[in-house]
Amino acid sequence: MKCRIYIAAMAIISLASCSKTLEDRSQAFPVLNPTKTDANAGNWRPILLSTANEFPLAAPSILAGTPNYILELNEIKSYQANLSQQQRQQINFWGAGAVLRWNEIMRTLVAQRNLPPYQNADGTYPFPNANNPLAYPIFPFANPPYAARAYAYLAAAQYDALVAAHFYKAQYLRQAPYKVDATIQPLLPTSDLPVYPSEDAVVMGASVEILKLLFPADIAYIQAKAAEHKVVRIMAGMNTRSDVDAGEALGKAVANKFIARARNDRAGAAAANPAVWAQFETDAVTRGETPWKSLELPARPPMLPLFGKVRAWLIDSAAMVSIRPAAPPSTQSQKFKDELNEVLNFSQNLTREQLRIAHFWADGIGTYTPPGHWNAVACEDFINLGFSEVRWARNLALLNMSLMDAAIQCWDTKYTYFNPRPSQMNPAIKSVTGVPNFPAYTSGHSTFSGAAATVLSYINPSKAAEYDAMAKEASLSRLYGAIHYRSDCEVGLQCGIRVGAFAVTRGRADGAD
Amino acid sequence: MMKQIILGAWVAASCLLAAPSIAQTDADGLMMAKNNFCGGAMYMHASWNHYWEGTLKRNNLNLGTVSTTTYNLMGNYGITGKLNFLFNVPYVRTKASAGNLAGQQGMQDLSLWLKYMPIEKSIGDGFLSVYGLLGYSTPLSNYTADLLPLSIGLRSKTTTLRAMVDYQLGSFTTTASASFMHRQNITLDRTAYYTTEMHYTNEVFMPNASQWQVRSGYRSERWIAEATYTQFTTLGGFDITRNNVPFPSNRMNAGMLGTNIKYNFLNKLNGLSIVANTQHVLSGRNVGQTNAYGLGVFYIMNMPKLGGKKAKP
Repeated sequence: MKCRIYIAAMAIISLASCSKTLEDRSQAFPVLNPTKTDANAGNWRPILLSTANEFPLAAPSILAGTPNYILELNEIKSYQANLSQQQRQQINFWGAGAVLRWNEIMRTLVAQRNLPPYQNADGTYPFPNANNPLAYPIFPFANPPYAARAYAYLAAAQYDALVAAHFYKAQYLRQAPYKVDATIQPLLPTSDLPVYPSEDAVVMGASVEILKLLFPADIAYIQAKAAEHKVVRIMAGMNTRSDVDAGEALGKAVANKFIARARNDRAGAAAANPAVWAQFETDAVTRGETPWKSLELPARPPMLPLFGKVRAWLIDSAAMVSIRPAAPPSTQSQKFKDELNEVLNFSQNLTREQLRIAHFWADGIGTYTPPGHWNAVACEDFINLGFSEVRWARNLALLNMSLMDAAIQCWDTKYTYFNPRPSQMNPAIKSVTGVPNFPAYTSGHSTFSGAAATVLSYINPSKAAEYDAMAKEASLSRLYGAIHYRSDCEVGLQCGIRVGAFAVTRGRADGAD
Repeated sequence: MMKQIILGAWVAASCLLAAPSIAQTDADGLMMAKNNFCGGAMYMHASWNHYWEGTLKRNNLNLGTVSTTTYNLMGNYGITGKLNFLFNVPYVRTKASAGNLAGQQGMQDLSLWLKYMPIEKSIGDGFLSVYGLLGYSTPLSNYTADLLPLSIGLRSKTTTLRAMVDYQLGSFTTTASASFMHRQNITLDRTAYYTTEMHYTNEVFMPNASQWQVRSGYRSERWIAEATYTQFTTLGGFDITRNNVPFPSNRMNAGMLGTNIKYNFLNKLNGLSIVANTQHVLSGRNVGQTNAYGLGVFYIMNMPKLGGKKAKP
């Protein structure tokens, strides 16, 4: 009997003692409370807009004191009279920042759609089709180049939309509803920034249009997020409905300019065709090198071989060629053999710490990719820095334009040299992460990380040494993973740093510093 | 140990796939007598070349056949004739026959059990006994759970509560058990991951699990031969999406058919026994369709006969 009681007590203690609720960093982000409003951001240099007021925004038709404006204030009051716990949570969730939350939504979509298509019965592979996005394979396959481009369009469109919004805020100077009517509670931090158009709505409007283009299978999800975001600003007493409607319309107009660019940036042709794939192989053989081969079964076409031709944000095509690194060690050379043996050694003698590093930075299929990882790093630092929405957008635009340009630069290099992965040259090399289905030189992770660390160090110099260490670790993680040679990592990192410098140059001249 | 039955179906960590076959385990109606110790070693091999991606059965040319070899050191000590203490220490090695992923190896999870028999009485011409078991397992090394299907385990510290009834009529026995497994969350080497939504934490919520098992067959002083059916069900979790990789908190379910044979040496070699067993996954979800076999040798110390009343011829 004693034993029975003991067993039962042990079991109950054991089961009750451990809570299984996860503590999610993103859910715990504090509400945004900028240290300065950047009220002059209407003068900052936009990315694609010719001027901040390229798209007109009419003066608010609902003027303070008019019956229609009073109706708008009454809408806020009626929400505030009956706010549920869930609505209060939504206010605080979105209150952490519009740019932040839409960046996270993009990361979610990337992770969800970052899945390589399963092969056809004949051993070929189907390609996702943007015009029929829900048919398998679902559009898109959000691989790292696709994701880098998606993050860049989102961030750049958000930034231009916010520059335009600030221009009209300064022009129309509409006060916040809680300043007009003292019975309206501001449920988020207040400021003196005029509220027409709403910066949250302008971000939402721009984000929805970009996301619909890039993730057409997920439009219902995107619209549900937008509807929630829109109404929380009204519930929170931060904006009236006309502030929000104007912001949404302006955001959509700005986004359409970015969509027009996206439709003509050559990414649509990046998958190329079998003739192009074969030509890379022929060219490598002609140079006396062993050409890259897919290690997948059945062999999968190389990932987006013409992504190196996509129109970059900050680097023109001549400059892109000029920063292309010299060829990797020849597959015939002693240096190549030495580097191959180094990879073999890591694959056979990996320490637990090196495995941790390989997995920490792996960001493989089903994840938000390396550009998403750097966005997560950036956002978790930015929440402590008191940026305004427009400064958030500007900083993420610099980061993500550099990440997309890094993808272009890296893919240009990969398909210039078309060199084999270590496991192709020595099948004894097994990896602790998936072997990416494209040539080795240079490492994409290294290029992304060099660019990101350079841009983030410019934005947040106090952490420059940390970003540098992270980039080096991310770079070496691919050697530990046994999927890259040391040259891929070291040269990739240098290329990334060079790409990042273009974004820093732009940042120094955009009027925000 | 139970969690590894399902793991067996994924990682083919067969130790516990096979464990139910050994006499005096956490899943049978046998007890060690007071102060007796039964110790032994088992070799197990499990493999699969098809698996269920959610409910879709498929193969994967980039894995080929995934196999797991396990070496177990096991023991069972009779604290009293009604209360036994059991342990298992497994070393696991995984391998894929195709593709590029590196197999993993290392010490997997220590399992500890208390097995209590509060009721034992004759009913009709047979014996009925009722058992309550409490099990706990915890990783013995810092292996990663984030390299499925080649991880050697799931890392989740698991507490198992099990009720079991055994009925023996002559040499014919039937045992039924039902278990609830409380599985603690695990941590990954990365700080964010996607399940059906993004999670910005290194911690993974592990759904609990249940299991029931029925086993029946012949049991004498010299021989045990029985068939088993085991159903493992994860109470929650999510399905692997199309062509995605498995994840530790997937909804892993499996229905398994097994056989066990045990031979007890008598006379000069009294106390020595050898065991052999098989397991085959009949149905599953987010697990491999494992075929496994095991071979083991056990020895009972300080005891000329098997412990417990069941070993009477």
